[in-house]
Amino acid sequence: MPRGTVRIDEERCKGCGLCIAACPQQVLGFSGELNHSGYNVVHMERPSACVGCAFCAMTCPDIAIEVYRQKVPAQS
Amino acid sequence: MQVETADMVKVFSRPQSLTAAKSTYCPGCHHGILTRIIGKTIDELGIAERTVCIAPVGCSVFAYNWYRCDAIQAAHGRASAVATGVKRADPNLIVFAYQGDGDFASIGTAESIHAANRGENITVIFVNNQVYGMTGGEMAPTSLVHQKTTTTPAGRDPAQVGYPIRFSEMIAQLDAPTYITRQALFDTRRILDTEEAIKKAFENQVNEKGYSLVEVLSTCPTNWRMSPIASNKHVADVVTEVFPLGDLVDRR
Repeated sequence: MPRGTVRIDEERCKGCGLCIAACPQQVLGFSGELNHSGYNVVHMERPSACVGCAFCAMTCPDIAIEVYRQKVPAQS
Repeated sequence: MQVETADMVKVFSRPQSLTAAKSTYCPGCHHGILTRIIGKTIDELGIAERTVCIAPVGCSVFAYNWYRCDAIQAAHGRASAVATGVKRADPNLIVFAYQGDGDFASIGTAESIHAANRGENITVIFVNNQVYGMTGGEMAPTSLVHQKTTTTPAGRDPAQVGYPIRFSEMIAQLDAPTYITRQALFDTRRILDTEEAIKKAFENQVNEKGYSLVEVLSTCPTNWRMSPIASNKHVADVVTEVFPLGDLVDRR
């Protein structure tokens, strides 16, 4: 079960690759698919490794990334 | 492919103070990161209803499209002067001027220096990418020695066109400014530092402390003829040698 995940707005992504370099878990990579503007958009290559740190989203100049984390179970 | 997020918590999303408009910046340009940081700051301080953006001339000329707040697009270089007028007309407004290096440190030199010298209670965001981006990559006053631009194809020759201006250091000589700092966006640590600095700069205005300037070293992958990742490395290794990071004035 991944601890986090990201949603990438493919139409906003300009394929600059800054998020790929920023990810400490090497989750992201180029998908090889082009969006309507012709950019090679980023996708999750290893979704199970995502920890939801949000470094990718912080670095994204086009604010194309939303980050989610698993809910922490309530302490008993 | 999108991942199922029903049982998850959203921890990062687009700031509410930003519109849904797509940016017109080139891939990898730091202007976009800075736009998000300013939007986040406006959200956190809850000042969207009384914030006025003064847009410059340059790549960020469309800044009025990104923020859900009032905006004026100033004549080239005059954003600090327009900000002064807006702030003096209604001191309850939170006014920020968003200016590039060609705008702030060249064409608007007089307006920029005198707004700082009067200690106007405004916030100025100064984006320094060492080049005129929008018009095609000409030399800016902040261009590095030997930097190749379209007007200095053999590299900037100081004997002919002088040395890069450290504008923040110049303004730091004045008695009036409250907060002057230089930040960068080439890695996550610097992005967090910039978030902190911009929040301080807006808080100073909310608390009526006076003039705040945040200079942000930014990349221009298109006109530098570098990839976005190589551009980040160039800022970290080369640009910060000429423009050192850190606070220059903090009189809060």
